[in-house]
Amino acid sequence: MSKILWMHPDKCTGCKLCEVACSFKKYDEINPSKSRISTVIYESPPFYVAMACPQCDDPWCANACPSAALEKNPEDGIVRVNEDRCVGCKMCVLACPFGAIEYAPEEKIAVKCDYCEGQPECVEFCPTAALEFKDADEGGAGQKKRSLADTLRKAYMEGGSL
Amino acid sequence: MAYAGNILRVNLSTGQAASEELDGKKAYDYIGGRGLAAKILYDEIDPKTDPLGADNKILFATGPLTGTPVPAASRYMVVTKSPLTGAIACSNSGGFFPAELKYAGYDIVLVEGKAAEPVYIWIKNGEVEIRPAKDIWGKTTHEAEDIIIAETDPDAKVCSIGPAGETMVRIACVINDKHRSAGRSGVGAVMGSKNLKAIAVRGTVGLKPADSEAFRAECLRLVKHASNHPAVLALRANGTTNGVNIANKFGVFPTRNYKSGVFEKYQEIGPEKLHRTVFVRARACAGCPVACKRVTRLDTDKYQGAGEGPEYETLYSFGGMTGVDDIYAVTKANYICNELGMDTISAGATIACAMEMFEEGHISEEQVGRSLNFGDPEAMVEMLEKMGRREGFGDLMAEGSFRMAEEFGVSHLSISVKGQELAGWGTRGFKGMGLNYATGNRGACHTKGNTMGMELFGKMDALATEGKPQLIAGAQDATAALDSTGLCLFINGVIKPKDVISLLKTGTGNEYDEESYARAGSRIWNIERMFNIGAGFTADDDTLPRRLLEEPMPEGPGQGQVVELDAMLPEYYQQRGWDAKGKPTKEKLKELGIS
Repeated sequence: MSKILWMHPDKCTGCKLCEVACSFKKYDEINPSKSRISTVIYESPPFYVAMACPQCDDPWCANACPSAALEKNPEDGIVRVNEDRCVGCKMCVLACPFGAIEYAPEEKIAVKCDYCEGQPECVEFCPTAALEFKDADEGGAGQKKRSLADTLRKAYMEGGSL
Repeated sequence: MAYAGNILRVNLSTGQAASEELDGKKAYDYIGGRGLAAKILYDEIDPKTDPLGADNKILFATGPLTGTPVPAASRYMVVTKSPLTGAIACSNSGGFFPAELKYAGYDIVLVEGKAAEPVYIWIKNGEVEIRPAKDIWGKTTHEAEDIIIAETDPDAKVCSIGPAGETMVRIACVINDKHRSAGRSGVGAVMGSKNLKAIAVRGTVGLKPADSEAFRAECLRLVKHASNHPAVLALRANGTTNGVNIANKFGVFPTRNYKSGVFEKYQEIGPEKLHRTVFVRARACAGCPVACKRVTRLDTDKYQGAGEGPEYETLYSFGGMTGVDDIYAVTKANYICNELGMDTISAGATIACAMEMFEEGHISEEQVGRSLNFGDPEAMVEMLEKMGRREGFGDLMAEGSFRMAEEFGVSHLSISVKGQELAGWGTRGFKGMGLNYATGNRGACHTKGNTMGMELFGKMDALATEGKPQLIAGAQDATAALDSTGLCLFINGVIKPKDVISLLKTGTGNEYDEESYARAGSRIWNIERMFNIGAGFTADDDTLPRRLLEEPMPEGPGQGQVVELDAMLPEYYQQRGWDAKGKPTKEKLKELGIS
C-alpha cells in the first residue's frame, strides 16, 4: 500500500508554514506563491485545510497528457512530471479536477506535488501534526468512521432519543 | 537574503513611489523592523513635527526573519511619531500582511506627505499604484478589506484603518488581516491624517536566504523544538487569557481604573468562561506554532458577531478596568475596536477613566448623554461606539484618557504615562513593571520590557525594588533586538538569542555575537530615547500616575504597596549610561555609534 498525505483539519491552525516550506524545498526560495500545497482558509465558521495532489490511481492529468510526460509509479504511487517530455501544453491543468497540477511560467512546464520523493517537507515542518505521511489504510479511515460515529452519538444523546 | 533588500518610499503629496536599496550598514546596526524604522524616522523627521501633519512619516517595517520558516516570525512594526504621546510609536502586529510585504520584495514601506483625497496603496511586487479610496472612506476595517481584495487580487493582504483612524481618534490602530492590530499609540490616526485608508500587497518575488541549506536546517530544528514546547502548548490551549487568573492570583489585575489589583468577578471573564462561551478555535499567524489567536463567535440576544479575541489585555481593559463582568460585552467591545480600528487597551482604559470621573462627579449625565458607572456593560459598549465615531461625548474620549481628564482638571485620574494608558499588569504588586511603564519610549507599555517571568514566576521578589533597574534595562534592550528581527514576543525564551544569532547569520549573512546582538538592542532603545529627547521629553516624563505612586493598594497580595519609583529611577539611568536627567551621555552614544 502506498503512503498518502493525511490532512487533519481539526489540528490545522491555518499558519501556512507548509506552503513556505514547500516553496523553499522545491525552488530554494521562500515564496509560497510557488507552493504545491495550499492551505485553504474559511473565515466563518472557521475551517482550515491543506490541499495537495492526491496521486490518483487513474490520474486525470496523465490521461490528458499528449506527450506521455505524466506517469504514476506503481511502486510508490507518486504521479511525476517528466520534465524532458513536458511540452507545456497545460492539458493536465485543465483535466485535473482538484487543481493539484499547475503550469509554472518560469520553467514552462507543469509542476505538482511529488511527496518530496518520500519525505514531504510540509509534513516535516507542520507544527501541529495536521499533516501526516502514512499508508492510506493506516488507521485513517477507521478514525474517520469513529469520528462520524461520535458525531452521531452526540446528536442522539442531545436529541434525547437514547 | 532573508532581507527583501528594498525599502518602498511612497510620497502621497506628489504621488511618487520608488524602491530604494536597503542600506546594509544601517540594517546591520539596527537589525530591521522596529530598530531600522526608528533609525530612519530619527534621521528623516524633525522630532518636534506635528504628528498629524504632512511632515510626519509612517513606516511599515518587517524584520529580516519575517515571512521565513522560522517559528513565529510573522511580525511587522508600525513606526511613526505618535499623536497620542508625541513620542516615537512602534506598534507590532502579526497575521499575514507582513510576510506578504516581504514576498513582494520590500522590508519596509515608508509613507510620507499627505494625499489630497482618500487613497489606498496597491503593491504587486514591483508595481505600485496609489488608488482612490473615496468610496471606501467611512467603511469599517472589515468592509474595507473585503472591497480592496475584490478590487485587487484574491490573495492580496491588507492593512487598513477604520472610521476611528479616519477621524484621527488619538487611540486609533492599524488593523491587518481583519483581526490583527498594530494597536498602540494612535498609529492609525497618522494614516488618517495622510488620507491613507489602506495598503494592499501581493508578493510573488520571494526571498533567498544567504545560506539556504544551513538556514533550512536551523528553521526545522527550531520548528520541532517550538512545536512541543510547554510554553507554546499553553499559549495554544488558552491564548493569553490565562493572564486573568495569573494576574488576579498576584493581585496585579488592574480593576476599576487601577484602584485595585483584584477583580472579585474575574472568573466571569477568565479563560474557563471565555472558552466555554464565545471560543470557537485557535488560529495562527504566518508560520507560527503557537496559534494564540482566539477565533470567537457571539450569538446572544444583545450581541452578535464573529471575529478574533478578546485576548488578555482586552479582558483587562474592558473587563477589570471597567468592572464589567460580562464576557459577551467584553467580546463585543473587542469586535467594535477591530472594526472601527481602535486600540483595545487605551479604549477600555479611557472608558474606565470616564467612569471614575462620572462616579466622582467630574462629568455629569447631561455631559455624557447617559449614566456611566463602573460595571455597566451597556454604557461601555455604547460609549465605545461613540468614541470610535467621535459622536457626542465620545468626541472628547477619542482624545484618549489624558486629554479627556485634563479638560476637567483631573488628569491624575488618567492612568497613563506620556499620555498612553497603562497595560494590564498592575504595578504596585510588580515593581519592575512600574519602572518599565515609567521609562517606556512609547509611553506605558507592557511588551517592550516585560519581566513577568522573572518577577512573578522567577527568582526575584516582585515587591522589591532591588535589582529591578538592571532587570528592566536588560529586558528592554533584549526586546528591542527581538522585535527588530520580525519574531513574535511569544516565542521569546523558546528561541534564545544564540538561535536568533544563528538564524541571522544563515538567513542574512550578518554575523553577530551575543554581545553585538545585545548592543544592537541597546542602540535601538537609545535612538528611540534620543528621538523623544528631541521631541521635548525630559526626566519629568519618566513617571507614573499619582495613584500608583501615592495610593497604597487597598487589597490582595500587594496590599499597602505603592511603586517606589524614586528608589529605582536614578539607578536605572546610571545603569543605562545616561546622566541624572535621563539623557544618554556623549560617551554612551559614541559607544553605540549613534550620531
